[in-house]
Amino acid sequence: MNADKAPPRKAGKGKFELDERLKAYQGVWVFIEHERGNVHPVSWELLGEGRKLADKLGVALSGVVLAAPGLAARRFCEEAFFHGADNCYLMEDAVLSSYRNQPFTKGLTDLVNTYQPEILLLGATTQGRDLAGSVATTLKTGLTADCTELNIDMENRSMAASRPTFGGSLLCTILTLNFRPQMATVRPRVMAMPDRDSARRGTIIEHPLGLIETEIVTKVLQYIPDDQQDKPQLPFADIIVSGGRGLKNADNFQLIWDLAMVLGAEVGASRPVVQAGWVELERQVGQSGKTVRPKLYIAAGISGAVQHRVGMEGSDVIIAINTDPNAPIFDFATYGIVGNAMTILPALTQAFKQQLAVAKMAS
Amino acid sequence: MHIVVCIKQVPDSAQIRVHPVTNTIMRQGVPAIVNPYDLFSLEEALRLKDLHGGRVTAITMGPPQAEAALRKCISFGADDAILVTDRAFAGADTLATSFALASAIGQINKTHAVDMVFAGKQTIDGDTAQVGPGIAKRMNLQLLTYVSKVDALDLTTRTIQVQRRAEGGVEVLTTQLPCLITMLEGTNEMRFATMENMFRAARYQIQVWDRVTAGIEDVTRIGLKGSPTVVSKVFAPQAKTVRAEIIQTEGDEPRDLTLTLVAKLFTQHPKLGETIVRRAA
Repeated sequence: MNADKAPPRKAGKGKFELDERLKAYQGVWVFIEHERGNVHPVSWELLGEGRKLADKLGVALSGVVLAAPGLAARRFCEEAFFHGADNCYLMEDAVLSSYRNQPFTKGLTDLVNTYQPEILLLGATTQGRDLAGSVATTLKTGLTADCTELNIDMENRSMAASRPTFGGSLLCTILTLNFRPQMATVRPRVMAMPDRDSARRGTIIEHPLGLIETEIVTKVLQYIPDDQQDKPQLPFADIIVSGGRGLKNADNFQLIWDLAMVLGAEVGASRPVVQAGWVELERQVGQSGKTVRPKLYIAAGISGAVQHRVGMEGSDVIIAINTDPNAPIFDFATYGIVGNAMTILPALTQAFKQQLAVAKMAS
Repeated sequence: MHIVVCIKQVPDSAQIRVHPVTNTIMRQGVPAIVNPYDLFSLEEALRLKDLHGGRVTAITMGPPQAEAALRKCISFGADDAILVTDRAFAGADTLATSFALASAIGQINKTHAVDMVFAGKQTIDGDTAQVGPGIAKRMNLQLLTYVSKVDALDLTTRTIQVQRRAEGGVEVLTTQLPCLITMLEGTNEMRFATMENMFRAARYQIQVWDRVTAGIEDVTRIGLKGSPTVVSKVFAPQAKTVRAEIIQTEGDEPRDLTLTLVAKLFTQHPKLGETIVRRAA
C-alpha cells in the first residue's frame, strides 16, 4: 500500500529522535535462506549489501540460520562468514528441516526479540516474502518489499529503502522511523555478489527454537524439484539479448534469437512483449520479471522505462538499439545505436560473426 | 463452507503515464480494475464452492468507488460483497491494512464462520505480497502462499492439501482449516460472468462497513497512524552521469555502425570479448 500514498508523507526535516527502548536495537541481520541443502545466492548478495550498511552504522553484520541440526547448518554459518558476516545466529531443530511458515516465523521472531537487531534483510523469494510478511506482522514493524537500493540516512540513523512504485514508473524511498527492526526484502541479482574470502572467521551464537512437531499444523508431504534443463536461466546468464515493442511483431523477434544463437546468449524481453505472448513469462526482464546482471546486455527496441531498467541496470555493459534518440535507455546504456532494430539487428549479428571468425583465426 | 476472498481495486498499471516534466503520476482516465492476481484466488474459491458447496464473500478495503471491483466479483459468482471504507484508513501501509482487513474478517466470522481466506499473491500497484501473510498472522490462520494447485479438501476432517511453489521445486503441503491461501498466477482461468450473475451484480446491495462496523476501536492502529513506514520521497530515476556513447559513422549504414560497435566492444572490454568468444564456441 505504500506505493499508493499520494501525496507522499514527508518524513520531516531535521533530526528525528528514536524512542529510548528502540535504541537498544543494534546490528544488521541477513536471513540465510536455504532449500534442499543449498543456500539461495540472494543471501550472499544481501550479506554484501548488509556489510556496507553495518559499516556505515559501525555495527556488526550477522547471518541468521534456521535449519535441521547437522553439518550443513554449520557450513551455512561458515559460508556466511566468508561472505562478510561477523557472526551467525544459529537455531537448530529437526522441525526446521524444510521451510514452513509457522516454525520459521516463531524462530526468527524469537531471535529478533532476544537479540534486537536494527535492520533485518531477507531475499524477495517465495520463502523470504512468506516469512518477511509474517515476521513483520508479528513484530508489528515496517517492511519494505523488493528494494532496489538500501542506504543509511545518518541524520535519523534509519535505513532508507528505495523501490519502484506505480507499476515501475517512479522510485520511492521508504523509512521505518519509530519501529525496530527495520525490515526489507531484495530480489535476487539486484545486489552484487560480494567476494568470497575463505580466511574470514566468525562466532556462532546458538539459540533454541522451543517448538515440537506436534505443535506444527502444516506438514510437508513431498518435494518435487523442477527440471532445470528446459527453463531459461536468465538471472545468471553472461550475455542476454532482449527485445521490446520496437520489434513490432512476433516474427521480427526471430532477429533476437538469431543474434543470441551466434553469441551463445539467453533471450530476454520487456513486459509488453511477454504480455503480447511473443515469448514466455520466464524471459521477462524487469520489476515484474527477472532481475539480471550479465556481462553484456543488448536491448533492441526497448525504450528503457523504470520497470525494465531496475531489472537490468546492474549489467556490466549495455548496448541499446532504438529509433528514438531521446529514449530513456540511452541515459544509462554504455553504447547506443540510434536506428531501427529490424535493420540493425541482422547487421549486428553479421558483425559479431565476422569478429568471432577473426578471433578464431587468431587463436 | 464459507470462503472470504480479499481483493483490491487497482489502476491498470499498463496505462499509467508519468508527466515528463513534473514527474507526477497522470491518473486521469486510467481505468480501475480488480487486481489481476486476485482473480486467480477468486476463481479457486469459486471452484471449491462448486465442488463442496457453501458461500464466497468478497471483501475489499478502499475508497467508495472500489465498490465497482466488488460488483465485478459478484458477476463472476461471489455470493456477498463487503466494502470496508473509512477516511480513517487513508494512508495505510501493509501493516495497517492487514490489521483493518483482519478485524473486518473477524466480524464476518462472528455471524458466519470463515473456513478459508483467499488473497492475491500481490497487487500490481504495490507489489508487496505482504497483506495476505499479515492477515493470516493476525487471525492465526495457517498460511499457504504461492499455491499452484489445491489437490484435496476434506471438510469432515477439515484438512486441505495443496501444491506450493518453492524456489527450486514444488512442495506438497497438508494443513488444517482455517487457512489463508494466495494463488500463483496462471494456475486457473477466470470463468465468464453468466448473464444471471451480471444481473445480480447490477442489483446487488453492497454492504458498506466503516471503521466501527469493521470492529476497530483503536484508531492508532489504522491508516497513517497505524503505519510504521513512511514514504520520504518519490523520484524519477536519475540518468547516469555519462550517457550512452552513441555510435556514429559516415552515412550511418547499419553495417558500418555495427562493425564499429563490435570492434569497440572487443578493444575497450577485452575480458568481455573473451567471454563472448568462449560462449560462442
